[in-house]
Amino acid sequence: MNYKTRLLLDVGFKFLFKATGILVLALLGGILAMLVYNSFSFFLDVRPLDFITGIEWNPTGNSPKYGMLPLILSTTLVTFGAMLIAIPIGIGTAAFIAEYANHRLKNILKPAIEMMAAIPSVVIGFLGIVVVSPGIAHVAGLSNGLNALNGAILLAVMALPTIITVAEDAIHAVPKAYKEASYGVGATKWQTLCKVVLPAAAPGIIAAVMLGVGRAIGETMTVLMATGNASLLPTGMFDSVKTMTATIAIEMGEVPYQTTHYYALYAIATVLFIMTLVANMLGEYFINRFRKYHAA
Amino acid sequence: MRRKSHLLTSVVEWGTLLLSTLLVCFFLLVVIWEIASKGAPLLSWDFLFSTPSEGMTKGGILTPIIGTIILTFITALFAIPFGVACAIYLQEYAEDNWLTRTIRASIRNLSGVPSIIYGLFGLALFVQALALGTSMIAAGLTLGLLSLPYVITTTEEALMRIPNSMREAALAVGATKFETIKDVILPAAMSGILTGVVLTLSRASGETAPILFTGAAFYINGASGYLDQEFMALPYHLYMLSTQHQSIEEVRPIAYGTALVLIIVVFFLNLTAFYIRYKYRKNEH
Amino acid sequence: MSIKLSAKNLHINFGTKKVLNNVNVAFEEHQITALIGPSGCGKSTLLRSFNRMHDLSSDAKIEGSLFLDSLDLYARTVPVTEIRKRIGMVFQKANPFPKSIYDNIAYGLKINNLPHGKKEIEKALREAFLWDEVKNDLKMPATRLSGGQQQRLCIARAVALRPEVILMDEPCSALDPISTLKIEELIVHLKEKYTIVIVTHNMQQAQRIADRTVFMYLGEVKEEGITTQLFNHPAEEMTANYIRGQFG
Repeated sequence: MNYKTRLLLDVGFKFLFKATGILVLALLGGILAMLVYNSFSFFLDVRPLDFITGIEWNPTGNSPKYGMLPLILSTTLVTFGAMLIAIPIGIGTAAFIAEYANHRLKNILKPAIEMMAAIPSVVIGFLGIVVVSPGIAHVAGLSNGLNALNGAILLAVMALPTIITVAEDAIHAVPKAYKEASYGVGATKWQTLCKVVLPAAAPGIIAAVMLGVGRAIGETMTVLMATGNASLLPTGMFDSVKTMTATIAIEMGEVPYQTTHYYALYAIATVLFIMTLVANMLGEYFINRFRKYHAA
Repeated sequence: MRRKSHLLTSVVEWGTLLLSTLLVCFFLLVVIWEIASKGAPLLSWDFLFSTPSEGMTKGGILTPIIGTIILTFITALFAIPFGVACAIYLQEYAEDNWLTRTIRASIRNLSGVPSIIYGLFGLALFVQALALGTSMIAAGLTLGLLSLPYVITTTEEALMRIPNSMREAALAVGATKFETIKDVILPAAMSGILTGVVLTLSRASGETAPILFTGAAFYINGASGYLDQEFMALPYHLYMLSTQHQSIEEVRPIAYGTALVLIIVVFFLNLTAFYIRYKYRKNEH
Repeated sequence: MSIKLSAKNLHINFGTKKVLNNVNVAFEEHQITALIGPSGCGKSTLLRSFNRMHDLSSDAKIEGSLFLDSLDLYARTVPVTEIRKRIGMVFQKANPFPKSIYDNIAYGLKINNLPHGKKEIEKALREAFLWDEVKNDLKMPATRLSGGQQQRLCIARAVALRPEVILMDEPCSALDPISTLKIEELIVHLKEKYTIVIVTHNMQQAQRIADRTVFMYLGEVKEEGITTQLFNHPAEEMTANYIRGQFG
């Protein structure tokens, strides 16, 4: 190849890479534009405050009601329940892998957790129907177990790999000198873990929890399949709930385009987007704080 | 006596951590055991290679298998070139300033956006605005978009690991920037990029939410796989069989079989990624 | 002796930081010139400006002119790849491509449209005193070579292009004494064919191999001359202090 061709290729590909980069960014930016545009269309019909605080979601009734509070509460309830299960188990497992497991055990556990992360959410949802739901119904004496508790258990399983991986990284990164100092004053391994290692890894663990929360809030298929989808204000873990994601999934297939109901679903998506974004950004913030703290 | 109680506490303490780990393993085993034990009796050539029949209460799952394969191909064809090119632009060409850093952070955050939102975007952009209708191509492109942030992030990480001295070495023998990227940087980063890409495709092939309203169908007659038509796909088939079918109990065995095949596909892709990563690490040392 | 490589009124800034201040320096053909001076004095920056490695960093601002013979290295009409072909470079840390030994040398030849058969590869490896050690393992990944061998491979990669000048940026700083001596021997041997500019922190090394030495301090050339002269009878107080190891 002569020099001119090479130079032409060089310039050509630089342009191509740049154009692709910009196109991709535009596409991804389009997500934001779509959410804003459609939500705006919705808020021409319904006041934002009524939307957020309304306690009735009934868009197909004679006088449609677009109160998404039940949906927000459902999502919150299920996510909260999931975290109650996943946080202690996740941190315990992370601590076990980072501090107690030997090299061989680590080499089994870490891929196993990656495998767990890879299980499609629809399969977990299916398990919720065939295993968890009958189990809950049996133990609690209900007619069926499609409720918030079911969703919480499944979401805990979905969020665990994220929590374990990030928390393990954080615990693993705690400088050895901290631990040695603690052992040096006669602390046991357990005391060192609770009083020195976990506090030092705290930002990373908070990050792990936030990323787990982000994952749980945005999860669609498992909650859609396992929580019963009754759009009432939930009162407890045994209530059937309809989360924000499930609402979008169920109703988007049935609404005519460009109706208030259609726009309402995009408005829900916007709220969902903001909630996950906040969770993920907090997670990222704490990860960065953790890295800075230990790099120094 | 004191010593004994000391031993006891440390066993209890250790046991707490062990218990949580065992619980996690238990969750994983329950999933695998439940699906494998009840799905395995279904697995046969006949199940894999025949189309659903008699209102899907009989027959196999050939149509959703074909759908998932084609869908994953479209995802790969879209997400890999665009994602890798975008990562090359960000990592090798774009100046390191606040704008680039903001873009990078935004892309990382986009990989945390719920997949159902990608479904909505696919509906608005591909199905409606670009008038592709609910179709294989619209759903494949939607999954491609969902995969883009992952491909970009993992590719960028792989490129970042290539030391600058490699770039200098190539430039110093007279290579242009493009030649440096094509001949030195990409080959060196290839295994890292491949690992990320395969993991991304594994995730995309199991996704349901983004294809819900972009083209997945309850039932398609025959083993068709046209790009401009609706399609059946394994994850959607499982969802549908377990919640939407009129005789749910009757199709439950088929649901187990579908779940098993889906898990096998996803695990196979994951193991491929592990293998690439393992080989790469071995070569490194 | 004719001047091969030179810089006139050279100023280089990185962002707001001035790294080189009005440098005027000339390197003679078929001579080894050592650049010495404390860390951060700008000797690597000066070296890299000759094969335009600063083109990579967008915040580098270069004023003044640099010449190879009478060719203006920063003229718009001059292709940068052509300059890098004629002015080779060896880096501080050996940086072979993650390819085979053979491909490491063939790559530069290939992209520059030069013949890249076995004959050329052998010639380059022989010139770098590496042939006998690797002639049976040409397909082996270069990363499996020892540190010293890797650095000689990088020198072979540079000489394969038949450059006129070879720039060396502390090529031995990461090597053990025996590998270092071997490379020094090689460098002395190479000056028959090439003009060599070498940055070094090692005063003994400069005295062992360099015909001429340039002492730099805070972005300026403070003193230059024949090596023995500069080391034995430095004209400047500062030079004397530096080579006696009082700062650096």
